[in-house]
Order: sequence, then structure tokens, then C-alpha cells
Amino acid sequence: MQELICITCPMGCHLSVDTDAQGEMKVTGNRCVRGEQYAREEIFNPRRVVTFTCTAVLPDGSLPGPSSNLPRRVPVRTTAAFPKERIPELLDVLRGITVRLPVARGSVVLERALGMEVNVVVSRSIGA
Amino acid sequence: MKQLTFDAVVVGGGAAGMSAALELDARGHSVLILEREDTLGGILMQCIHNGFGLIEFNEELTGPEFAQRFEEKVSARNIQASLRTTVLDIREEEGRRVVYAVSPSQGMMRIEARAVVLAMGCRERNRGNIRIPGTRPAGIYTAGLAQRLVNIEGYIPGKDVVIIGSGDIGLIMARRMTWSGCKVHAVIEILPYPSGLTRNIVQCLNDFGIPLYLSHLVTDIYGKDRVEGIEVTPIESGALMHEKAFKIACDTVLLSVGLVPENELSRNAGIEIQPTTNGPWVDSMLMTSLPGVFACGNVLHVHDLVDYVVEEARRAGANAAAWLSGYRPSREIRIKTGSNIRYVLPARLNPERENRLYMRSLVVKNDARLEVRLDGNVVRSRKLAHVQPSEMLSLTLGPEDVAAAGRDSVVEIALV
Repeated sequence: MQELICITCPMGCHLSVDTDAQGEMKVTGNRCVRGEQYAREEIFNPRRVVTFTCTAVLPDGSLPGPSSNLPRRVPVRTTAAFPKERIPELLDVLRGITVRLPVARGSVVLERALGMEVNVVVSRSIGA
Repeated sequence: MKQLTFDAVVVGGGAAGMSAALELDARGHSVLILEREDTLGGILMQCIHNGFGLIEFNEELTGPEFAQRFEEKVSARNIQASLRTTVLDIREEEGRRVVYAVSPSQGMMRIEARAVVLAMGCRERNRGNIRIPGTRPAGIYTAGLAQRLVNIEGYIPGKDVVIIGSGDIGLIMARRMTWSGCKVHAVIEILPYPSGLTRNIVQCLNDFGIPLYLSHLVTDIYGKDRVEGIEVTPIESGALMHEKAFKIACDTVLLSVGLVPENELSRNAGIEIQPTTNGPWVDSMLMTSLPGVFACGNVLHVHDLVDYVVEEARRAGANAAAWLSGYRPSREIRIKTGSNIRYVLPARLNPERENRLYMRSLVVKNDARLEVRLDGNVVRSRKLAHVQPSEMLSLTLGPEDVAAAGRDSVVEIALV
């Protein structure tokens, strides 16, 4: 048996997920049908949107100084929810990425991340 | 000193300020935004996580994405914004409203404006506010400060972290620090229930197996130069269980213990502040006790969603525009907070228009009922599956709801 908290709405139902003798999944504790859908997704294919920051560098390759009024990190996000168990691997890749300023929101910093149908894009235009 | 004249000045260029300014501009009034940071966007710029905009844009955006959608509208409309600008004073001189501000490029500015919209946001409560005993070593930060250091300045504040308080910023930072390679050892909450949103408990703590200690108090902080650990004491039936106290070693403590509207400017201007919200008292037009001065967003009361902030700010901007064009409500009905309600905003209702009200529950409850009573008679009742203090409630009351109101009528809003 597995315990989950449904996050589809603010009710926060405590779900219990059981598998019966036929291998059929049984969800209890949910107050609506969305709870069952949530449990199914969360057990068979848990995914999360990943937001992170990459190192910002100036056109000459140096880091923005304290007087430049420019941030030293560039916020990035995945374009869709990413498989949860591979997030640490994704973060390792993102740690090695530097983004040259100026940069526009939506610029792709990592295409088809780890071979998935998900890109990592810049979430803030900086210095343009 | 530079002299400027605008129909309206908006103090603060975050989500609320931009939203209010757009509304004033759309109604043909000249408007100037005064912003103390290097960019518009306010606190959203450091909130790089997603979850913003579900109501406003019907999609999940990160903070910077949400802010830049508004920023682009502001620049497309050529609305003037003075950045790196600190507002010093709002006062009245010879019957005119005057705002004094200062910036490195402009020096002192004296701005005459018939209307002012306050949109300064809020600030974090700190260690002094909640009086945690112990030494005063380095390594103690508010969660929002740590968020700025990590997401904008590019510094990691420490490696072994304990978070005090289960507010949303603290929960978000638990995940952020973990993803940055730090170990978050615990989140300590004095109340028996978490003060952040459930989805943040699940995605920021449970995903990483970070323990949440409810009904626990931090009773000591150790360390001389740098934090070395904290002492945690359980609370049972309202009493501290000293014999059950335990220690957690850490080099960093983040505080997420609530937000306070930033109203120094308002207080100096003589604006009446409500003790329940720490924000200005406002009438049905979101106008403060100073005629022509409006308030919206987190400076008025602390919101849990930016979507509500921009909605409220739009109304403040539209009302300021109406006020500039000479509109005044012919009468207003007093709103009273009933049982289990901490506050209702605004404090007055216009019986001739639609009134959007925001309120907060005092209790955690399933199957609750929100009741609107006019002079003791229930005029509206709504079933709510679940209420808790951290989830703001809203309600719209129109002329039909208060048709029976007389001169001294009172509308009471209660949770039963």
C-alpha cells in the first residue's frame, strides 16, 4: 500500500493506493474522480516541471560584476513536466551550462533534454 | 529639484504596481511608476519556480515569465517608469498631493499627482519578530533573502540547512537548496498545521523526504561565528515539552515565518493602518483614509497568489481613474467580520456596484459554510469543501444582495 496526498485542489485528500489480487489499482480516500487520476499518474509516471538557474556570462566571457546591475544567474525551466527519477541527472547537465547575455526569454539552452521530448528554456529576458 | 506633474503616481513596479498603472493608462490618465530596483517585476524576478498565472493567463508560468508579460504591456503603452527610485514622502502641500522621490540619475524629484496608488508589497518577518533565543552567529537568513542570493546573485548561503516556519517561500527554498546540492534537514512549524500550500508540502518536502515537524518550536540556536545547530522542543497541549527537546546540527537557518505589508511610507503620510492586516484601511474603491490615495497588492494585505494581486490592483487602478474623473460612491455599507473570519477587505461596500471581497479564515475546517448577513438576515450562503488560513477566500456581492439595506445597515461575513 502507498500513501499519497492529492494536490489537484486545496482539499489535500490523503489517498491510499492498493493493488488487488488481479493487479488492479484501488484508490481510497479521494473525494472526487480527480484524486484517482492523480494517484495513477503519480505512481506510474511521476513528473515535475524543473526550474533552475544557469551561470550568466557577459559577451566577453566574464561574469557580471557587482556594479553592472545584471543578475549573475539566468533562470531556466523545462517546457513540460520531466520524469521525476531523472531530475538529478538533468540538474547535473544544467550546472555545466553558461548563458551568454543578452538573452531573450524562451531561448533554448538544452534541446531534447536527456533524449526526452522536453526542452530547457530561459524564463527571463536579460540585458536586451 | 526636478518638478513633475502626472495624473497618478504608482509607488512600486511589481505585479500590483504594473497592473494598476496599465488600468490608469487605459482610461486615459498620465501615470508614472516609481520603482526602487533595477528592473520592474518586484519579487517575482527571484521566484523562478512555476505555479504563477493559472487564473490570470490559464497556464503555469514562472515568476519572471509572469512579470515580463506585464512589463511588455507597460513598455508597449509607453508608460513611464523611474527605476532605482526611492520614494521618501507623500504629503499635501497647498491642497495638492505631492510625492517626493530620489534616484541616482534624477536626484530629488517633486511629483504632483492628483491620485497615488500604493503598491509597495511586503517584507519578511525576521528573527527579531519571533524572538528565537540563542547566540547571534552568521548563517541565519530570511528565506526570501536566501532566494535572492541563490537565484539572482549566484551565492549558496550554506550546505546543511534547517528551515523555521512552513510558509511557502520556505518550502520553495527547501526544494531549491536541495536541487543546489545542499542537505535540508528539517522544517520546523510551531502550529499544528502547515502554513504553506499543500502542493508545496508535497512537491518541495515529501518529494525529497524532508521531515516537517508540526507543533514544534525552535528554542535555541547554537554557534559562535557560524551556526552549528538548533534545539527543537515539541509542543503538547500548548506546553513546551522540555524533556523531549532534541538538537539538529546545521550551518544555515532559513526563516519563513510570515510577511508584513511595507507601510512605513503610508504611516508617515498619516494613513490609517488596520491591525488585522497591517495594511491600510480601505473603502469600497480601495481608497485609503487619505482621499486620492489607493492601495493594492501585498501592501494592502498579504496574498497567497499573484493572480489575486493583479486582479485587485486592476480594480485599484480603475477606481483611481474613476475617482480622477469625479466619481464618488453616493453611499457605502459597513462590512463587519463575523465568526471564524480574520479579516475582510475592503471595509466598505458600494450598494450600487459589484464588490469583490477578499477574506481569510481563522480556522482549518472541512465542509464549512460562508454566510453573508445583512443586519442579521442571511442574504447569501455558500458551501466550502475546505477552508484554511493560508488559502484566501473571495466573494462577489452585487446590488441585489444588499437591496434591503437601509442607512445604517451592516453586512457581516462569517464562517460557520
